Amino acid sequence: MKPADVVGSAVANTFRSKTRTILTVLAIFIGAFTLTITTGLGTGINRYIDQTVAEIGAEDVMTVAHQAEETTDDGPREYDPDAVTASGLGADGPGGGQTIDPITDDDLVTIAAIDGVESVEPLKQVSVDYVQHDDGTRYEVSVGSFIPGMELVLASGEQPDADAAEPQVAIPVDFVEPLGFASQGDALGGEVAFGVTDATGAEHVVTAEVVGVSESGLIGTGNSVSPNTALTDELYAVQATGATGQADVYGSAVVTFDPELGEPATQALKDDLDEAGFTATTVEDQIGAFQSVIDGIVLVLNAFAVIALLAAGFGIVNTLLMSVQERTREIGLMKAMGMGSGKVFGLFSTEATFMGFLGSAVGVVLGMVAGTAVGDALATTMFADLPGLTLIAFDPVSVASIVVLVMAIAFLAGTIPAGRAARQDPIESLRYE
Amino acid sequence: MSTPVLRVEDLHRSYGRGPTRFEALKGVDVEVRAGESLAIVGKSGSGKSTLMHLLALLDRPTSGSVELNGVPADRLRGRELNRVRNETFGFVFQQFFLTPSATVLENVILPLKIAGVGRAERKRRGMAVLEQLDLADKAKNRAIDLSGGQKQRVVIARALVNDPQVIFADEPTGNLDTTTGAAVEDLLFGLNRERGITLVVVTHDEELASRCDRRITVRDGRIEASATAATTASGTGTTAEPGRPAEEVAA
Ligand SMILES: Nc1ncnc2c1ncn2[C@@H]1O[C@H](COP(=O)(O)OP(=O)(O)OP(=O)(O)O)[C@@H](O)[C@H]1O
Ligand SMILES: [Mg+2]
Repeated sequence: MKPADVVGSAVANTFRSKTRTILTVLAIFIGAFTLTITTGLGTGINRYIDQTVAEIGAEDVMTVAHQAEETTDDGPREYDPDAVTASGLGADGPGGGQTIDPITDDDLVTIAAIDGVESVEPLKQVSVDYVQHDDGTRYEVSVGSFIPGMELVLASGEQPDADAAEPQVAIPVDFVEPLGFASQGDALGGEVAFGVTDATGAEHVVTAEVVGVSESGLIGTGNSVSPNTALTDELYAVQATGATGQADVYGSAVVTFDPELGEPATQALKDDLDEAGFTATTVEDQIGAFQSVIDGIVLVLNAFAVIALLAAGFGIVNTLLMSVQERTREIGLMKAMGMGSGKVFGLFSTEATFMGFLGSAVGVVLGMVAGTAVGDALATTMFADLPGLTLIAFDPVSVASIVVLVMAIAFLAGTIPAGRAARQDPIESLRYE
Repeated sequence: MSTPVLRVEDLHRSYGRGPTRFEALKGVDVEVRAGESLAIVGKSGSGKSTLMHLLALLDRPTSGSVELNGVPADRLRGRELNRVRNETFGFVFQQFFLTPSATVLENVILPLKIAGVGRAERKRRGMAVLEQLDLADKAKNRAIDLSGGQKQRVVIARALVNDPQVIFADEPTGNLDTTTGAAVEDLLFGLNRERGITLVVVTHDEELASRCDRRITVRDGRIEASATAATTASGTGTTAEPGRPAEEVAA
């Protein structure tokens, strides 16, 4: 029998007892459908994260800080007046973090000398008491760390200009109306004032022009304003007025490198920094950690779907065992007519694989339709303030691999009945009543 | 005398083991000559079907030898054996063994499909055979929708489609009425005469057996008598008992 005929006969045989086939295919369908949705969930969320990373665009920088002290010794840590509190990229983190040695000017020189470092800038962390527009209500706000190359997800306006001499700021979309602007357009070009308390307790006011309105996103800009370099420097200078200890030390520094050199070069740079006593984190690293949590959750969900598929696999075994039983004489006849055992095996395992294909194709298609519908509905309701997030998304490779996986499971399930059919003795089968 | 198509010597076949061991064939010698028609007769349970399955290489003997065209059959393995079953033999069983939901044509071309013949060629040869058997107009019908006699003709068409050297028929008229049975017989003997196809027929039917060139009677797993019908001109002597057939000397 030619392979094409084996497939053709298997497909025809699949439809011989329709009810049984439909029920089995339905079981496979449920598994494939679930797997499509759960995988789509992973794809959707990760794609959103990737998009966010791409929009931030700061792929050529890494934040560098001193390595945290070994905490192997239990007990209270000795007070170090020079220690600073470090936090990551987004300044709206829960303020804490471990206490680490500060980055000093000397450290900056050390870092700059490391191979692969294009430039190094201290990361100035500033905090303001409030933000206010035109003597209106004062609101608490945090100030994001400005990282060169970073791009905000903007609702309107432009990115704060890093090179501008004038202080500029992008405010979150949620602040537009409370601050007293009529609209986003009205806010652009407007002026906001920041209240800052310096080291001596004296209050200062710094003003900046609003150049952009940022969308709330996953990281960084959710509830914080984004200053340009000029504004950061000014706020930092005001904040440090009268300070003795921490004036020229920073929690972390930002290193620019060339991401074009590829992953190994980036890793080498990280290793070099590590040797010099620093930890370096790229934007990708920070988001990667988030992504691995998502991946973990999706993996668990997928595991449930695969369990459903395994159950469907037993359905296939059952269905085909019945078929083999029913077609005992037919199998005997085919063998008497010179059909090899291998071909008989091929016939039944192909039938199983085809059932897997049917179930998974229908499951994947309907899963994609349902997933897209649900994703779209949620995007406009539950996740309306996370624009660009499609909760359930699909990429061709993972969809295709679901079909392949299901067909593989079906094939494996089919080997049991197919093996039984292949071993059948033609005479016994012909005598079978 | 040319080599016989099939020759078995001192054939034993037993089923089961231990106390339930049953010897269905107890030393059988048979020769099937090219172009003859041979009837295997005997009481129910005497071992006729068992013998036929061994002759048709569907089964392996417990001991004894089977030769196909002078070649020991136990030398045939896997693929070769399957080719012989597919191309050299055609089968007509007592039960039809048709796939009920498939069309008549599909049933008939099954051996060609197994042999790996192309689609167009399959159809051409299938239709040619159906035409011969006056079944061309039924080609597209489902096999289950045919009458008993028509079904048996489809089975014969299926046995013929690969142009076999030998057709084995186990009770080919067993469940047909006399007229239809006679028509099927005419068909088989016609093929034997006109196309020189060797015919091995297992039957209870005295009338059918008497139309064959030669008959062997099986009793309790042994050949009881071998008789040549008066009509045959082959001049083979009557070989009785499990002794060697006469040609052994000539060959
Ligand atoms: N698989 C088997 N296991 C055990 N005994 C068997 C088996 N197959 C056949 N037999 C026995 O071998 C003997 C011969 O069987 P066989 O089918 O050859 O008889 P038969 O001459 O064809 O009879 P009938 O005319 O009724 O078809 C019978 O007694 C049968 O019970
Ligand atoms: Mg029998």
